[in-house]
Amino acid sequence: MTVAATPASSPATAGEQSGVRLARSRRNAELSLLLLAMALVAAYGATVEANLLDTVTPDFWMPAAALGVVFLGLHLVIRFLAPFADPALLPAVALLNGLGVGFLRRIDLGEAPVADRESLATFAGQGGRQLAWTLASVILAAVLLAVMRDHRSISRYAYTLGLAGIVLVMLPAVLPPSISERNGARLWIQVAGFSIQPGEFAKLALLVFFAYYLVRKREVLSLASRRFLGIDFPRGRDLGPVVGVWLISVLVLVFEKDLGTSLLYFGMFVVTLYIATERVSWLLIGLVLFFGGAYLAYVLGETVGGPFANFYLRAEIWLDPFADPTDKGYQLVQGLLALGTGGLFGAGPGGGQPGLLPEVQNDFIFAGIGEELGLFGLSALLVVYLLIVERGLRAALAVRDSFGKLLAGGLAFTLGLQVFVIVGGISKLIPLTGQTTPFLSAGGSSLMANWLLIAVLLRVSDGARRPVTGAGGKAPRPAAGPPEQLHGAPTEVIKP
Amino acid sequence: MNAPLRRVGVVVMVLFGLLFANLNWIQAYKADEYRTSDYNDRVQVADYKRKRGNIEAGGTAVATSKETTGTLKFLRTYPGGAEYAHVLGYKPVNLSDQGIERVENDFLAGTSDQLIGDRLKDMFTGDDSGGGNVLLTLSKKAQDAAYNQLRNNQVGAKKGAAIAIDPRTGAVQALVSMPSFDPNPLASHDTTEAAAAFNKLEQDPAGPLKNRALSETLPPGSTFKIVVAAAALENGITKTTQIPAGPSWTPPTSGSPIRNAEASICPEPKVTLLAAVTESCNTGFAQLGVQLGANVIKEKARQFGFEQEDLTVGELGEGGLPTAASRTGTIQNADGGDDPAALAQSSIGQRDVRMTPLEGAMIAASVAHNGSQMRPYLVRQLLAPDRTTSYYTAKARELRQPVSPQVASDLRDMMVSVVQNGTGKKAAISGYTVGGKTGTAQSAPDRPDHGWFIGFALDKNGTPISAVCVMLEQAGPGGSAEAARIAGQIMKAAIADPGGR
Repeated sequence: MTVAATPASSPATAGEQSGVRLARSRRNAELSLLLLAMALVAAYGATVEANLLDTVTPDFWMPAAALGVVFLGLHLVIRFLAPFADPALLPAVALLNGLGVGFLRRIDLGEAPVADRESLATFAGQGGRQLAWTLASVILAAVLLAVMRDHRSISRYAYTLGLAGIVLVMLPAVLPPSISERNGARLWIQVAGFSIQPGEFAKLALLVFFAYYLVRKREVLSLASRRFLGIDFPRGRDLGPVVGVWLISVLVLVFEKDLGTSLLYFGMFVVTLYIATERVSWLLIGLVLFFGGAYLAYVLGETVGGPFANFYLRAEIWLDPFADPTDKGYQLVQGLLALGTGGLFGAGPGGGQPGLLPEVQNDFIFAGIGEELGLFGLSALLVVYLLIVERGLRAALAVRDSFGKLLAGGLAFTLGLQVFVIVGGISKLIPLTGQTTPFLSAGGSSLMANWLLIAVLLRVSDGARRPVTGAGGKAPRPAAGPPEQLHGAPTEVIKP
Repeated sequence: MNAPLRRVGVVVMVLFGLLFANLNWIQAYKADEYRTSDYNDRVQVADYKRKRGNIEAGGTAVATSKETTGTLKFLRTYPGGAEYAHVLGYKPVNLSDQGIERVENDFLAGTSDQLIGDRLKDMFTGDDSGGGNVLLTLSKKAQDAAYNQLRNNQVGAKKGAAIAIDPRTGAVQALVSMPSFDPNPLASHDTTEAAAAFNKLEQDPAGPLKNRALSETLPPGSTFKIVVAAAALENGITKTTQIPAGPSWTPPTSGSPIRNAEASICPEPKVTLLAAVTESCNTGFAQLGVQLGANVIKEKARQFGFEQEDLTVGELGEGGLPTAASRTGTIQNADGGDDPAALAQSSIGQRDVRMTPLEGAMIAASVAHNGSQMRPYLVRQLLAPDRTTSYYTAKARELRQPVSPQVASDLRDMMVSVVQNGTGKKAAISGYTVGGKTGTAQSAPDRPDHGWFIGFALDKNGTPISAVCVMLEQAGPGGSAEAARIAGQIMKAAIADPGGR
């Protein structure tokens, strides 16, 4: 089944693969950008202290330095294990992660008793916890880079990961609420003071499964179809497993009332399907299903209530948060007020009132940062996110195997969609559905899962940018498909 | 698969473009609306970020700000508790502020234009020195005396007021309204607690939130006789002129007979004006009033400050605590003609005559100060946050001249006689010349009488030191004598505290 990789050998990439281009690893660029990012984080910490404490403590640089050491470690790992990885990814993520730690520390400082403020330890409070989680996440990302020397190797575990994904999604729902429930949502596994959100990791596992399955089936999916209402639908047996996995996940998430994540999985699924099949009709079907379903849920919530009442409530809040500004609309209203107060330039780091925002360390962190950094600061953050997403997509474009394309493309898009869902939610662009803001929000699971995602993107981009001639002196392999996809893949007989 | 990937890239750009456009809408276009929204507590937090200045009386801070660990950085506290409540008012988080806290809010908060220099300095030094300090005219000793004596009055009155002013300047030495309240719970950062405390006070039938010294009026009773006596002195009658009196007098055409408080008071058909004031002779003053006519009485009252609706007590130039206007009423028949019965009753401070304790003190003060009435004020000085610069120092101002120095001198003699020989003996202070006038005012047939005393104290050179008015609502028998005693105590305290003001 060599056809699977043919799109990779498009004329543009074929030219690059001829070995004419001088391969440049750009690791020094990565290092410079990383140092710049850490300098910004240190400057942010100093400004926070100046505004909040009226003085800059001699230790203001400690969090930035601790992060710098961790990221420098990862940079060295990349230098040796993925020398051709995209040089912009690590500094961009490091900047976001650093600002997240800095802002969480800023909340700690604001909440600490005045006498203790100047002596707040680097690893104390939410900021300190986030710092520790960053350390763990980056180490894990480095381990993943070390273990997964070729991104195609994880396709071996696609089914296992798919199954694991479903289990991870379902786990909190089947566990007793005493273990899984927090703030009314059953998304957690909490044991002995230690808690993780398994759903954050399920996102990655499921995407590997989607990518692998869709690559294997993409021929049949795009060719063996039945025409209905002018649209070519694949046969149920081809699409069945992936639809099944997705459907279970979404239903469980709806049951868990984790609407943001179900929206995320839906988008992730539709987009990977679209990339795999190259049929716009999938996007249209997805959008129709989504908006139709959302509207139906809204109408049912208004008339029937029950499990749909939540949809209706959220839509009502979205349409007019100021109708009940002190109760139902409280969160959204406070978010908007924070953003509005920030205005163009913001109150300055440490100059705002994040304490007035509910869930400011989590869902509303972007609003809290927006109050202090203003429109200009938030625009810069959006550009950094966009940079990460587009760099991920670029790795997908450049990588030579379909699995890598689908994996990187799906991951990059999912990351972008997550930013859109939460930032759009708190700024009243779309209905608010709880979601972490990648790399900024407090929370180890989210941070760790997103760092693993970045590790995969780094690995794929390394594969994409690595000169083919350099790999063991082999000749260019314009049609080189992933060997893993070949073994055991039964030949599909296409029946028109 | 590259074509769809490129399109996904475009989709992501579009999504982020939407986010960017929406953030522009919120943070640029709607920013002001959100910033000033009623639901935006940031304005308030910013309010409480700067340390609000002190309000001080007699060198002691009676309203001050304490640093907290909460979102609102400073808690307003009132160490004086209920004693100063009606002067200071309170600065609550979610209710409207009152009293000097309201009047001097800009200066205390540090947002006043006067403090622009201090704010600029703060910008450069990075400090936040806080708001300015307001120094009151109140004498700590006089205020203590007024509050404690009123609270522990010996006739068991539950409501009342006392106010003392310096006759030479108009500076308020003491101002108390009873019952009072503790302003501290109202300033609590727990807004539910504060609202509950406020509702409780507001629904209290005793009306603790009312400032009885400045904004409540009651019939003044015999204290009003000083006004009538002033009118008489200006109309050809002297201290020694014999005026008609008697045990009972019925005004012509209508009305019930007017009697004296006791049979022993002016039973003779004629007494001197001096004796009529000293003994508080009702029949004498009723006839005097009818003789002078309603317009003369009303005009004299107006010259003493009755009917003034816009008087405020704070800084001399502007603003301050609002006061109620004292009234003489119409003193007319239903058909508009003169009504001797109404005039007779009004002349002894009954019927429709209503007076604030402030007005009573101002009458006594102008008598003591050669007929010159000074504008009353509470704010002595405004000090910069660092206390180095003074932005305002009160310069005493004459409000009006109700009587000539000669008439004032005669009135003074008569009032001194009241304390030396008549109904106001309990106000006497050894070593000082004290004058005054008691008043017992009927409110309703079924309710106890109000007890009044207005008076002043002069030192041995004849310099007026303090003028005071004490009112005990529904005090019953002995109320005016108790008011006189309390007034004496307040003036004594004011004398003892010349430098503390």
